[in-house]
Amino acid sequence: MADVLELPVAPNPPQPPRVHYLNQTRGIRSWLFTVDHKRIGVMYLASILFAFLLGGVFAMIVRLKLLTPGPSFITAETYNKIFTLHGAVMIFLFVIPSIPAALGNFVLPLMLGAKDVAFPRLNLASLYLYWTGSLLALVAMVTGGIDTGWTFYTPYSTSTQGSVGLMVLGVFIIGFSSIFTGINFIATIHKLRAPGMTWWNMPLFVWSIYATSIIQIVATPVLGITLLLLLMERLFMVGIFDPKLGGDPVLFQHFFWFYSHPAVYIMILPGMAVISEVIPVFSRKTIFGYKAIAYSSMAIALVSFLVWGHHMFVSGQSQVASAVFSFLTFLVAIPSGVKVFNWLATMYKGSISFEAPMLYAISFLVLFSIGGLTGIILGTLPVDVHLHDTYFVVAHFHFVMMGGTVMAFLAGLHYWWPKMFGRMYSEKWARVSAALIFVGFNVTFLSQFVLGSKGMPRRYYNYLPQFQPLHVFSTFGSWMLALGFLIMAAYLAVSLRKPMDAPANPWGALGLEWTASSPPITHNFEQVPLVTHGPYDYSAPVQQPALQGAGR
Amino acid sequence: MNSWIRSLVMPVEGTAYAHRVDNLYLFLIYVCIFFFLLVTGLLAAFVIKYRRRSADDRTPQITHHRGLEVAWTVVPLALVMLIFFWGLRTFVQAAVAPADAEEIHVTARQWMWQFEYPNGVRAINELHVPLDKPVKLIMTSEDVIHGFYVPTFRLKQDVLPDAYTQIWFTATDPGVHILECTQYCGKGHSQMLGKIYVDDPASYRKWLATGGEAGKGVPPVQWGRTIYETRGCATCHSIDGAPGQGPSFKGVFGHPVALVGGRSMIADENYIRTCILTPDKNRVAGFPPIMPTFQGILNNRDIDGVIAFIKSLE
Repeated sequence: MADVLELPVAPNPPQPPRVHYLNQTRGIRSWLFTVDHKRIGVMYLASILFAFLLGGVFAMIVRLKLLTPGPSFITAETYNKIFTLHGAVMIFLFVIPSIPAALGNFVLPLMLGAKDVAFPRLNLASLYLYWTGSLLALVAMVTGGIDTGWTFYTPYSTSTQGSVGLMVLGVFIIGFSSIFTGINFIATIHKLRAPGMTWWNMPLFVWSIYATSIIQIVATPVLGITLLLLLMERLFMVGIFDPKLGGDPVLFQHFFWFYSHPAVYIMILPGMAVISEVIPVFSRKTIFGYKAIAYSSMAIALVSFLVWGHHMFVSGQSQVASAVFSFLTFLVAIPSGVKVFNWLATMYKGSISFEAPMLYAISFLVLFSIGGLTGIILGTLPVDVHLHDTYFVVAHFHFVMMGGTVMAFLAGLHYWWPKMFGRMYSEKWARVSAALIFVGFNVTFLSQFVLGSKGMPRRYYNYLPQFQPLHVFSTFGSWMLALGFLIMAAYLAVSLRKPMDAPANPWGALGLEWTASSPPITHNFEQVPLVTHGPYDYSAPVQQPALQGAGR
Repeated sequence: MNSWIRSLVMPVEGTAYAHRVDNLYLFLIYVCIFFFLLVTGLLAAFVIKYRRRSADDRTPQITHHRGLEVAWTVVPLALVMLIFFWGLRTFVQAAVAPADAEEIHVTARQWMWQFEYPNGVRAINELHVPLDKPVKLIMTSEDVIHGFYVPTFRLKQDVLPDAYTQIWFTATDPGVHILECTQYCGKGHSQMLGKIYVDDPASYRKWLATGGEAGKGVPPVQWGRTIYETRGCATCHSIDGAPGQGPSFKGVFGHPVALVGGRSMIADENYIRTCILTPDKNRVAGFPPIMPTFQGILNNRDIDGVIAFIKSLE
């Protein structure tokens, strides 16, 4: 990444090259020891994109194997390791840090009109922890691998061979990176808002990230403790989860989901955060129901802690507990639905334009609706008993995580790319890629709803012949997805090699980050911004003559 | 429409309970389709109607609408509460097995299902149940967690080590139903399948009485192949020389095999019989000690059949 960024900025003869955060200091050390939130965000971005590539390659191998039932180019053991790595890499190395740590790090202080996050060194420490944890996870992959599934269910995970211990340690360390980021963001939001920015005047991105940070701080330690207990059992034979040592395997599931269900909201709330920014800008319209969206983020953060048992309807937990968890699960569906209606209402009577960020936001609305609605099906007790651990759950999860979070991440990436690197990408190729990704995604995962409903269990190397046509269909979709992402990688890389051409405010947006130049200077703003209007006062085209061209 | 959706996305209904679950599932599918069409319909309409026509477009300031917001909170809330109570009712109705249910014990292990009937008959990966009679399964695992899933019955329950879980059903569809393991349990997870035979009461009683007598009159080699395919041998032992969790059967008969501890034995009839009944006694070197004993599960004719079958694999 670094060497691409250090290409000389094409000189614009009459003016000397502008100084900004990318070129103010040079060399690898200036990046590794930086405390600039923008550089840390960019390094996070490069790291999670690498993780996404890795997880994507694993996904392609899984789908390729599933073209045919029975023996294939990989053995069952290899297949089990690959689907485990796909899940673990995508969740712990990519989705969780994607929007908060990469995009959030870059834009949150800018949106607040701050020079940096509250604890810049803690921010760098969180990146180092992420790298350390990821490195351990990579070492675990090449030394023996792991075949437990990303859920690490005991007693299988305490009895199987392979580098489970190393992987678990890696995830444990990444968890702390997530906690550090959460603490940092909460402090930043409380203390570093620009003059005039009240709580009810903050961009909704900030509200959502605030809710996310609360979950990160409260839930992640539980994952840490659980993983430590798992390590103690594997290394020192302390009986906690393994019945042979006097433990209880279902206890692990309770601990694990007590983190991992809120973690689903750690993953989706930042996605909702991006969508709440993009839709008003490209609809040129005030956000509808600002307070409802803000409150629904906080409601989700709260209720998300009370629904973990819906992952365990068939685990042997008491039937009364299952009933209570089903009830609470339906409650958590409501705030998500409210948000979708609010975004739709925002578009009503708007002036909608279709640049790449908006295309991904529209994809998000369609796909997240399917993900959310199928969640209602899965929250219903007797229907979940049938669908649990089948491809229906796989499809639902991907519609929420990929159709939701990843689409929102792509919307955010395209939205803030000009701000981050000072360059516009090819809008034409961005549209081609968005179309391929949208169609490819649906081909890949809609078919999996039917597969699961018909009784195809997940994590199966082999399957009954009657399931083959739908598996083939799904695999075709995965190739379309891969092509879409390759095109995206190409046009984004190309954009980095051309001269900086992005204006300070290419989308006509009102967020404070667009009053900084593109790319911003190291201290973000020439002078402390004063907030005099709401973040979404979009009734007319945004005219900021003083700013146009200021960042060239 | 209803029957079309049922046949498109749902397996055959093997129990009356499955039909009740499907009624709810079908309702949910309609609810989802309705809201999906509502959201995407509005989205499409707005995208077309309100697309930007000029760079100077102005838009109205609509910040909120109390009535609309209350409506789209309360109406979905009422709807999901209806769904919850409908689901709860179906769930509770099926929670407790009738007192007269036939009890069958299920033991799961990597990677097979073992069934034991009240009269002591045992079978592997093959469960016979009477038609239209309630059956209660009392299940436990010998190693990791497994999942007992019969799609056509809409039933699923994890099977735990050192604890019992239960499931019950009244099968109403005669014929064969597929049993799948749904809790990931390692290499053979996707091979951990079984068949559930729903027999009319007379053939069920006959099967129970002669549980070990099946296959009479079938040549030993052929019977051995049936045992190999249906009793879990095939999960670990290949017949084409391919490596597996256990040694391949191809061409082993009559040849020396290297055992754990540096010993070696000729794989003759006695050796194979010992391996089936006391697997750890003469375990082949290089394989994990995971083979369970088949003492009391395979009878003498079954074992003779397996030996004859292995003999036939030159």
